[in-house]
Amino acid sequence: MSDSYSDKNVQDEVSELETKSVTAARLFDIRRIIGGLFVVYGVIVTIAGLVASDDEIDKAQGVNINLWTGLGMLVLGLFFLAWLKLRPTAPPPPSAEGAGPE
Amino acid sequence: MHTPTHLAAELRLPTNWLDYSILGIYFVVVLGIGFAARRSVKTSLDFFLSGRSLPAWVTGLAFVAANLGATEILGMAANSAQYGVYTTHWYWIGAIPAMVFLGLVMMPFYYGSKVRSVPEFLLLRFDRSSHLLSSILFAVAAILIAGVNLYALAIVVEALLGWPQWVAIVVAGFFVLAYITLGGLSSAIYNEVLQFFVILAGLIPITVLGLKKVGGWDGLSDSLTQTRGGDFMTAWGGTGIGSDNPLGANWLTIVLGLGFVLSFGYWTTNFAEVQRALSAKNLSAAQRTPLIAAFPKIFIVFVVMIPGLVAAVLVPKIGTPGSDLQYNDAIPYLMQQLLPNGVLGIAVTGLLAAFMAGMAANVSSFNTVFTTDIWARYVVKDREDDYYVRFGRLITVIGVLASIGTAFLASSFSNIMSYLQTLFSFFNVPMFVVFIIGMFWKRASMKSGFWGLIAGTTAAMVNYFVIYKQGIIDIPSDQGANFVSAIAGFVAGAVVMVAVSLFTAPKPVSELQGLVYGTVSPGMSEAPAKGDDAWYRKPALLGWGAVVLAAACYIPFSF
Repeated sequence: MSDSYSDKNVQDEVSELETKSVTAARLFDIRRIIGGLFVVYGVIVTIAGLVASDDEIDKAQGVNINLWTGLGMLVLGLFFLAWLKLRPTAPPPPSAEGAGPE
Repeated sequence: MHTPTHLAAELRLPTNWLDYSILGIYFVVVLGIGFAARRSVKTSLDFFLSGRSLPAWVTGLAFVAANLGATEILGMAANSAQYGVYTTHWYWIGAIPAMVFLGLVMMPFYYGSKVRSVPEFLLLRFDRSSHLLSSILFAVAAILIAGVNLYALAIVVEALLGWPQWVAIVVAGFFVLAYITLGGLSSAIYNEVLQFFVILAGLIPITVLGLKKVGGWDGLSDSLTQTRGGDFMTAWGGTGIGSDNPLGANWLTIVLGLGFVLSFGYWTTNFAEVQRALSAKNLSAAQRTPLIAAFPKIFIVFVVMIPGLVAAVLVPKIGTPGSDLQYNDAIPYLMQQLLPNGVLGIAVTGLLAAFMAGMAANVSSFNTVFTTDIWARYVVKDREDDYYVRFGRLITVIGVLASIGTAFLASSFSNIMSYLQTLFSFFNVPMFVVFIIGMFWKRASMKSGFWGLIAGTTAAMVNYFVIYKQGIIDIPSDQGANFVSAIAGFVAGAVVMVAVSLFTAPKPVSELQGLVYGTVSPGMSEAPAKGDDAWYRKPALLGWGAVVLAAACYIPFSF
């Protein structure tokens, strides 16, 4: 089987696709989703902890596990939202790096 | 699909509307990510590799999450209930060194050569026959493993929530199908990052409450030392050559079989993992992908091993014929016993998310290999790029349907993890031999790649199915036999590669630039992006830091 395939072909093809790629410009920032979901979960589970019955606390070895887990998730969610606020998504470079001289 | 591996019916969880609301919110978010990522897909590179544009922390967490499927979580808890602290080997020696090697040594060749998949690297380094063979092997393995995930999910969901198996399969299959078809790899990776946090939010409370229940680490350790013997709570106790331990492996097969061959094969050549790094935005981010993943990986062992050990204390007969509970039931059992509604919903969501992510990692790597390496290279060539995006979506649908069809294959193995490891030892081991020799030995000829793959796969299979299963040599457990099969496959592949290279033509040096150690490709010389020269982003520091930390973790468990 003759094999004339060299790395040049793949590199050229991928480099060309990189110049047309729109992911960097159009993909949303996942920090927003993680932050949002964990704030919602945190609030729900914290409330479940605040209204926990004695049975539920006994089941969890005397720990109000809903309260603690809920607060932990809330903190994580707020951390991601704060991170997003302090370091917003960098705008994609006008001419993609990959399209440079190669 | 009724099999003897079903979970005990008593494991039904007391879920209520609160838990189902938490689960429902998650499913909505999963689909939302798919729809929102859809507009970022224009070219095939966007669909299959996120346009090579993601930041390192995202690809790094996806890298670890792609491995943190539910089969891994339940399987490693099962391992711990059965073998004890030996489980740490799958993390500290069986993952970290390989992940660091991938980041520091191999990634410049992978990322710098701009290949879109692991098989494509073989095409450049060797020839079409090795490329086609590895593409087909990978595609088949990915579908099999996706099927294992789906089947395992159906059993667990049936036991925990009471859904019929077909409902679980259809629902999970549909969601994975939907979000990958819509958003491609970006959608798969984003969901993996989310899943990483949700699964930890479920596992940490189980671990904390489990420890409290058995009297803390000391209570756990004392009680297991009493019932299972002192070696059960150590990583290396009883692994001297010739001495007997339940794992059926000695320190040499652990280090060589698990730590070197199986682990390097899985972490450095399994495209379901490497794909996450190839989607990073530049070489520095690609190198840091497995290195960032290594740090959570070092500590994840505690939240899967401790629940397994706690279950072994609470249910001393777990896994024996006299008990309703199997080893795989360890985590579900603790969820049922310890978690109140609320956190229970988080844990159930985390488990389902982990099943879906484990499946999605395989589906998203399968569609890439099938489209770019098989279809576009050998079947329908040179069409416009849009065509391959459409084909990628179509093959995603077909892949999910095929994995549903293969779900029943998992049923003949008692321990899900053992089944996965068996597959890896057949498919990944020879891949690693071919890569390591191909990357470090210029003289390795074009033909040697193909024959190395054939010889390694054959040797591993012969060792497992003939020599071990027929009882020609006596190895006490499937896991121990996997380690030995991996070593056999590695040696056979290496010997055949060297032999074939000596008698066939090498690849011209001009075509090896950037593919073999000591050569450079244009992609490697790109200047580091702004900020990547910060000390905490130095790959060497991250990599060696992870190795030292993993070694240090062994110390408290070695005496």
